[in-house]
Amino acid sequence: MATLDVNGKAYEVKAQPDTPLLWVLRDELGLTGTKYGCGIAQCGACTVLADGQPVRSCQLPVSALGAMKITTIEALGGSHPIQQAWVRNDVPQCGYCQSGQIMSAVALLQSNPKPDDAAIDAAMEGNICRCGTYQRIHAAIKEAAGVTPPPVAVAPAPLAVPPLKG
Amino acid sequence: MNKPLKDLAKGATRREALVVGATLAGGALLVGCSPADLLSVGAKKDFGAFGPFLKFSPDGWVTVVSKHIEFGQGNHAGLAAIAAEELGADWSKVRVEQAPGVAKVYGNPMMGGVQGTGGSSAISSSWTQLRTAGAAARAMFVEAAAKRWNVPAGEITVADGVVGHASGKQAGFAELLEDASKVKVPEKPVLKDPKTFTLVGTDRVRRKDSHAKSTGAARFTQDVRLENMLVAMVAHPPRFGAKATGFDATEARKVAGVVDVFQIPTGVAVVAENTWAARKGRDALKVTWDESKAEKRSSETLLASYRDLASGKVAPPDKAGWAAFDSKGEAAQAAAGTAAVDVTYDFPYLAHAAMEPLDCVAIVNGNNCTLVHGSQSPTLDQLAAAKIVGNLPGAIKVETLFAGGSFGRRTNFQSDYVAEAVQVAKKVGKGRPVKLVWTREDDMRAGYYRPMVHHRVRVTLDKDGFPATWRHRVVTQSIMKGSPMGTPKIDDSSIEGVKGSPYLKATPVVDAQLLTTDVGVPVLWWRSVGHTHTAYVMEHTIDQLARTAGKDPVEYRRALYAKVGANRHLAALNLAAEKAGWTTPAPAEWTRGVAVHESFGSVVAEIAEVRMVDGQPKVGRVVAAIDCGTAVAPNQIAAQIESGVCYGLSGAMFGEITLKDGAVEQSNFDSYRVLRHSEAPQVETHIVASPNPPSGVGEPGTPPIGPAVANAILAMTGQPMLSQPFVKT
Repeated sequence: MATLDVNGKAYEVKAQPDTPLLWVLRDELGLTGTKYGCGIAQCGACTVLADGQPVRSCQLPVSALGAMKITTIEALGGSHPIQQAWVRNDVPQCGYCQSGQIMSAVALLQSNPKPDDAAIDAAMEGNICRCGTYQRIHAAIKEAAGVTPPPVAVAPAPLAVPPLKG
Repeated sequence: MNKPLKDLAKGATRREALVVGATLAGGALLVGCSPADLLSVGAKKDFGAFGPFLKFSPDGWVTVVSKHIEFGQGNHAGLAAIAAEELGADWSKVRVEQAPGVAKVYGNPMMGGVQGTGGSSAISSSWTQLRTAGAAARAMFVEAAAKRWNVPAGEITVADGVVGHASGKQAGFAELLEDASKVKVPEKPVLKDPKTFTLVGTDRVRRKDSHAKSTGAARFTQDVRLENMLVAMVAHPPRFGAKATGFDATEARKVAGVVDVFQIPTGVAVVAENTWAARKGRDALKVTWDESKAEKRSSETLLASYRDLASGKVAPPDKAGWAAFDSKGEAAQAAAGTAAVDVTYDFPYLAHAAMEPLDCVAIVNGNNCTLVHGSQSPTLDQLAAAKIVGNLPGAIKVETLFAGGSFGRRTNFQSDYVAEAVQVAKKVGKGRPVKLVWTREDDMRAGYYRPMVHHRVRVTLDKDGFPATWRHRVVTQSIMKGSPMGTPKIDDSSIEGVKGSPYLKATPVVDAQLLTTDVGVPVLWWRSVGHTHTAYVMEHTIDQLARTAGKDPVEYRRALYAKVGANRHLAALNLAAEKAGWTTPAPAEWTRGVAVHESFGSVVAEIAEVRMVDGQPKVGRVVAAIDCGTAVAPNQIAAQIESGVCYGLSGAMFGEITLKDGAVEQSNFDSYRVLRHSEAPQVETHIVASPNPPSGVGEPGTPPIGPAVANAILAMTGQPMLSQPFVKT
C-alpha cells in the first residue's frame, strides 16, 4: 500500500510496487487521460508532471514515487491557456497523443515562458504524433506562450460539448 | 440510399466490390442464412421522427449521427456541417454521435452497403444522404411553423437554428419539436443551391472534438472501464503461420491479479484484473510453437526473389504468372530501343503504428455479444463475432468509440484483433466484460503491413523527349489474400496509380504487368493503399525522364497533361507551382521537388523544399494544392494534407519492417523510427475551386510527398532514390 499525491489529492493505492505509475493512474484511479502508447518511454503519450517536471509515467514504478507531486492532464481544468490554444488551432486529430503533448508543452512554458522554435523542437521531440499534428502543436505553443498559465483552473471550459449520455 | 444487398456489387469498384463479396460469401457461409437477411438483422425500424441521421433535444442541441468512425480525419466536423447547412442549424449547438452497428441503415454506399470507413469515402458517401436528411428536417420544422403561425410555408426562413417569419414570429427547433415530429417526412426535400451555403466550405467548420481531445476526456477503447471487467493479453507466435502446441502457465498464474490462462486460435491468452498483471503474466508464460507451416524467409531473400522475378531471371511458379494490366501497341517494342530510364524501385513492409495500440472490449453471454471499440468496419466485425458466438451478424451489438488512429489497420477481412477479443470473452463467458489490449510490441510484430513491393520500369523517349514506350513490372503480395473470394489475378490495389496514370495514357506503347506473390506475411491497406508506392514510382520516374529530356519537371508534366486532357492534374499543379513560386529561385540551400497524383477521386500536387542535413533529407516547406471537389471543411482539409504529408514522409524517410528468418525485427518506436516534431515540414494547403461533389481527403495527401522529396534530391544530386526508406535506422 502506497500513498500517492496526484493532482493535489492523496490516494492510497493497492497496486504492486513494480506497477508503473501509468497503470495506477489508468486502472486504479480511473484517470484515463494519460495514455499508453509504447511502454518504453519512446512516444510520450504517458507524459505527466512529477514535481513540475515532465516524466514518462510508463517508466516510473509506484515504489519510486515517494512524496512526488504528480500532475495529470485532468488537473489542467479544460481552460488552461495551452488547452485553449489547442482548441483554437484544432490541433487534435485522433487525439490519442494529445494529453502527453499538452503536458510536455505545459512543462516547457513553465520553465521557458517564451520558447523559440529550437526550444519548442527540443521540448516536444519525445512526443510522437502519428497523425502529424506537429505543425499545429508548434503554432499553438507559440500562441499560448506569453500568456501566464492560471493556477489549476476552475473556469468554464471553452467549446465544451455536453455529453450525450449520463 | 441503401441498395438491396444483391445489387450492391453492381457498379461498385474494386475494393468496394471485394468488401461486398467478402460480406456475402463470408457472412452467408458463416451463419447459414441468406445474404438478404444478413445485414437487416438488428436494424431498428424507428430512429425517431427525423430518421437515423438527426436527433433534436429539448435543450436545443442538434445531434448528427455519423455512420463513420472518427479516428483523426475530421470527418465528424464535415458530416455535421453538411446536415447543419441544409437544416439551417446553429453550428455552435451541433454535436456528433457515432452510429451503432446497423448496416442496413448506416451502410456505406461506396463500400457496397457494408458499414465501414475507408477509401477516403466518409464525406463523399454522405454528401447527398446528409444533405437530404437536413433538408427533410428543415421542411418539417417549416411546415410545423407555418401551421402554428398560419402563414404560407414559402415565407418561412430557417437560419442559425431559428425558424422565422417576416412578421417577426420566431421559434427555435426545441419549441417546434413536438409539432415538427408529427409532420410526414418529405420524400424528396428541396436541397439548397450550393451558392447559398453559409457553413459548408467556410472556416467556421471546425472540429467538435478538439476540447474533449485536449482535456483527456475523449473516450478511447483503452479507456473503457466496466464493472467486473478483465484485461486480456495474448501471446502471439514468433513467426506468421505458427500455432501454439502447448504452454506452461505455472509462473504466469503466480502473478498477482492473473485470473486465467488459456489457448485460443491465435495464441495463448492471459486474463487478469488489470493491465499490468496481464502484461507480467504474459511475460512469465512459456509457450511451445509448431512452426512447421510458418513463414521463415527473410526480407532480403524475399526482395532478391522479387528482383529476379521482375528482371525475368527467374520464372514465376506455375500457379502464379504475370498478368497484364495495361497494354498498348507491341509489347516487344517496349523492351527495345534505347532506354532513357531503366530502373528498379524497392519498398519495404510498413507498419501502421497508430498511437493507440489495437484493443477491443467484448462482452459475451451465451450467444449474445457486444463489442465496444474503435470499429472501422462494424459489419465485418459483426460477421467475425457472429461466427464465434453462433449468432446472426445483425444480432451483434457494436458501439463504436474514437480510435487513436488506424490508417487502415482497424479493418480487415478477418477482423483479427476483434475476433481475438471475442474468443477470450467467450471463454470467460457469463457476460463478464473483457478488454483485449495489444502492447506496442504486439501491434508492431503481429501484422498486418503495407506489402513489400518491387517495381521495374523501362521507358524510351520520342524525338520531343516524351515517353514513346513504357515497360512496367510490379511484384508484390495481394492484400486480398484471405478474403472469402480468394486472391484475384489482378488486385487493383497493387497497381492503382500506375493503371490509369495520365503518363501511361500519353504513351503510345505500354506493357505493364503484375506478378502476385504468395508470402505468409499478413498484408493490408495502409493509408492510400497502392498509391503509397505507385505514386512514388510514377512521379519519380517522370522527373528522371524530364531530366534526361532536359526539361523543367513542371513544364514537362504540363505538356503530358495537355496531351491527355488531364485538366484536374493541370489545375492542381498550376496552383501549387504558383503558390510555391516555382519559377523563382528556392531559398538559399533549399531545393524544390514536385509531385502530382490522383487518388480516391482527388488530385493533389505537392512541392517540397528540401536540403541535406548530416547526410539525410530535411524537408522545410511543403506547398500543396488539392482538388477534392466541393471543399466541405477547408480547415480540416488542410489538417488532412498536413497529416498525409507527415504520414507519407515518415514512411518514405524511416519506415521499414524487416523479417529475419520470418520473425519481425522491429518491436517498438526505438526500432521502427517515425517522424518527430522537429522533422515535420511546414505545410501550406491550397484548394482548387470546384463545383463537383466532394471526393477523398484523408488519404490523397500521402502519396505525393515521397516522390516530391525524391525529386528535390534528384535535382540536388543528380541521383535517383530507388529504394525506401531514405534513411536506414
